[in-house]
Amino acid sequence: MATTPQEKRIILKNIDQDGYTRDIDCYLANGGYEVLKQTVTKDPADLCKEIETSGLRGRGGAGFPCGMKWKFLDRKSGKPIYLVCNADESEPGTFKDRQIIHKDPHQLIEGMMCSAFAIQAACAYIYIRGEFPEGAKILEEAIEEARKKNFVGKNICGTKYSCEIYVHRGAGAYICGEETGLIESLEGKRAYPRIKPPFFPAVLGLYQCPTAVNNVETLCNVKHVFDMGGEEYAKIGKPGNTGTRILCVSGHVKKPGYYEFEVGSLTLGQLIYDVCGGLPEGRTLKAVIPGGSSAKVLRADERYTGKTKSGEEFDWSLEDIPLDFDSLMAAGSMAGSGGVIVMDDTTDMVEALGNINAFYAHESCGQCTPCREGSLWMKKITTRMLEGQPRLEDVDLLKSVADQIAGRTICAFGEACAWPTQSFVLKFRDEFIAKAEKQIKESSPSREPALAETE
Amino acid sequence: MSETKKDDLVTLLIDDQEISVPKGTNVIEAAAQLNIEIPHYCYHPKLSAPGNCRMCLVEMGMPMRDRGTGEPIMDDDGKQKIGWMPRPAIACNTAAAPGMQIKTQSPMVKECQEGVMEFLLINHPLDCPICDQAGECRLQEFATDYGRGYSRFVENKNVKPKRTRLGPRVTLDDERCILCSRCIRFCQEIADDDVLGFVDRGSYSTLTCYPGKELANNYSLNTVDICPVGALTSNDFRFKMRVWFLKETPSICTESSVGVNTEVGSREGKIFRITPRRNDEVNDTWMSDSGRELYKQVEAENRLTAYRASGEEASPDEALDSGRALLQRKKTAFVGSGHLSVEEQFLFSKLADLAGAVRTDLVSHIEEGDGLLISADRTPNVRGALLTGLIEELPSQKLSALGEAIDAGEVENLVVYREDLLAAGLTKEQLEKVSILYLGTHQNDTSAIADTILPTLTVFEKSGSFVNQQFRLQRFMPAVPGPQNVGNDLLVLSALINAFPDQEDLSGIDHVWQEMGKNLAVFEDLLFLRIPPEGKLLEVPEKLRDLPYAEGKTLHFYPAAAKAPAG
Repeated sequence: MATTPQEKRIILKNIDQDGYTRDIDCYLANGGYEVLKQTVTKDPADLCKEIETSGLRGRGGAGFPCGMKWKFLDRKSGKPIYLVCNADESEPGTFKDRQIIHKDPHQLIEGMMCSAFAIQAACAYIYIRGEFPEGAKILEEAIEEARKKNFVGKNICGTKYSCEIYVHRGAGAYICGEETGLIESLEGKRAYPRIKPPFFPAVLGLYQCPTAVNNVETLCNVKHVFDMGGEEYAKIGKPGNTGTRILCVSGHVKKPGYYEFEVGSLTLGQLIYDVCGGLPEGRTLKAVIPGGSSAKVLRADERYTGKTKSGEEFDWSLEDIPLDFDSLMAAGSMAGSGGVIVMDDTTDMVEALGNINAFYAHESCGQCTPCREGSLWMKKITTRMLEGQPRLEDVDLLKSVADQIAGRTICAFGEACAWPTQSFVLKFRDEFIAKAEKQIKESSPSREPALAETE
Repeated sequence: MSETKKDDLVTLLIDDQEISVPKGTNVIEAAAQLNIEIPHYCYHPKLSAPGNCRMCLVEMGMPMRDRGTGEPIMDDDGKQKIGWMPRPAIACNTAAAPGMQIKTQSPMVKECQEGVMEFLLINHPLDCPICDQAGECRLQEFATDYGRGYSRFVENKNVKPKRTRLGPRVTLDDERCILCSRCIRFCQEIADDDVLGFVDRGSYSTLTCYPGKELANNYSLNTVDICPVGALTSNDFRFKMRVWFLKETPSICTESSVGVNTEVGSREGKIFRITPRRNDEVNDTWMSDSGRELYKQVEAENRLTAYRASGEEASPDEALDSGRALLQRKKTAFVGSGHLSVEEQFLFSKLADLAGAVRTDLVSHIEEGDGLLISADRTPNVRGALLTGLIEELPSQKLSALGEAIDAGEVENLVVYREDLLAAGLTKEQLEKVSILYLGTHQNDTSAIADTILPTLTVFEKSGSFVNQQFRLQRFMPAVPGPQNVGNDLLVLSALINAFPDQEDLSGIDHVWQEMGKNLAVFEDLLFLRIPPEGKLLEVPEKLRDLPYAEGKTLHFYPAAAKAPAG
């Protein structure tokens, strides 16, 4: 498959290239595990510094600096340190990690072993979502291959360092992607996210030991940071938004798919029109969710103004927004997991929100009251609106319910389920009202006499 | 409780009121000391804090410090600036910290409380009129105190199972459950019987037992107590009585020497339930299921209500005369009980002295303890018998010495209080050789062959006190009146004592206490009404300190042999 010219493929470099297969021989023939061989000869503390220097930010959704995450690991406790790869890719609109696992599993394994060595992990786990049975099988096979070549297991590459990787399959719950929920699940319990404080994974993580939980793409990036050095890596992208980013584009574009770009090197408009071939014929852009379904929706016919983190004033149309962590945040949404969902003018926004609400109501773990009850309530409201009984007051009720959830729960799911509703009713209030008005008008002939009679 | 050192205290500000609390105290408890209520559901003082109900959200601020230098940041008034968290924090899982400030009444907090209340109610059935929890329901109370008072919910409520049998004594209504997880944590953390859990997700989460298991441990009814709503109900109490009609009488459980503090709920002379009464030094907030059933003895079929003299049913006077006559005879032995109150043991002991008893025995009831709230000694007051001088040493398991004395002709009369001597090791032949005066509450094989019977009252019908395994003096009060014609134990004992010349009337409990204070150093300066609600630890006399007591470790009790942990 040809690479789009705007792309800069680091992680996806080999993926989809002719003749590239996922077995270890092919990986080795393409320079695989060379970085690991080098890495294990270095000082782990220096390696962690490299990551800090690189400015690598987590690719799971929150964009937390990876170096900082590793720095927080409690090394004084004397407890073993664990590395957990979060392969529970379940954010709607996101499908990047699966590609890596299916098509280049050794890159992940090498990235994990490099990371494990850098933090001196005693043991590493890959927590893969239950819906990826094939991916789990591929990883198991790949780990076995790597073990035979001494890249995983006892005395890696002939050094004193040993580390095993175990693949753990989830049972199909979105909440397992939340790192503390993931840890609970890994321990064999219900994936109820833990309270922070005190249960920061870096201090009291898996089995109450310090634990680093990193996304698949992040761990792959670690390998490349070690390869080119932190400073070199930091030159890719923008300051504070370094490296490349895999974006998964879905929805109303001609060429949906996964693309890897230098962070901030292109705008949303370039992505949609230049890379993805634009919208289907005769359609116009209506809205974009830029970072997975929980990110706030952005409306096409709106100006985005304000100040960036560095203090520069901006005035963007939707198409102008640069695709990096900070710009998207400045525009009122987030880069999230990199799942860009494009919606054209044929989209019924109430229906779109109903779909998202159904998902979050189904996936709320049920631990905290606001999220448990609020997510289902919002779903019930939007379902009723779609089933023909919308009310004018529903739009305000939806917002009020969402406002009662966000910021009041143990984990970020509260925000994840509230943000879509908050942003949809804020940006497309007119559509929600119109739906109700239309319904009232259509059903009024039968209603009005009844009202008149009671008077 | 040991006194807290000053540097172990932290001072914080809650709603602008200053309070110092021991380190590690959470904000709910700290606020409670200021009489500020922070509503909560999932938090329970004796369980871990999962922080999931979100009812206890408060605004929290910490004194600001410069990130680089660590220097305090001051405002214009020279006070340290407070950095208020943008998000509300849960009070249950937030430990008090020096200089911390908490707002429990701010608009943001009020809005959070209203929101959570609304969420809790949208799928909660409105079946309060038939719900056993009504009247002591946190959902009702907090909805009134912290809710909006109206509902914006027009959708259909979730439907869940209404009558699930969780175990032999507990029934679950899933629709009422607010998923606070207290019951689950109780089973994990206190009962050590991890059988409960949630299945399904989100609002459809449902409490259930593990497949093939049931909530059958002897502490299962505590889950009903701690359930903040009417989801878990006791099969024994379900649909029997509205709780606001119940008179609550403080009492002590007689199941074992732990001396669990209880509350007896009764109405119009009938007991409906027994629930635990909090005592952090004895039973926390728990009690056993078996202890809750003890009220059934009050109306048991084998209750002793008839007086007997010379082997025939008789009037109270005739029975009393018959008893008095027996006490004038020689070769009389006394058999007391660890079920008697301190006052009764004192009078019984006095009676034995006056009657010139050949010997005095106590029947021991030793079984295996459960390590929690049932100790090996299944009577509540063996310590009392030792302190009052009824017995000098711990009773032996069987009354073989008494049996030998009967066989040898040294004992011809027996005064038996509450115990069954056949069960205690004597033979029918031995008992047939002696005349028996029996005092007690229920029929047994000994009462069946007694010549004289004076029926007495159960623990639920009288006042008195027990000394538990910790040598903690605890009192109980009468919850219901006794059966018609049945005399109070002290009245009966006093009447018997008055068969002897120059004896005072000791039928009043205060009088007994004055007398005990005069005669026994350990009770000096104590009066029945002065025993505090949480009990009073007695100074243990030297000779009683190292006796080989039967109890092993239970909650808040470490036998002398095992060293108690520091603090």
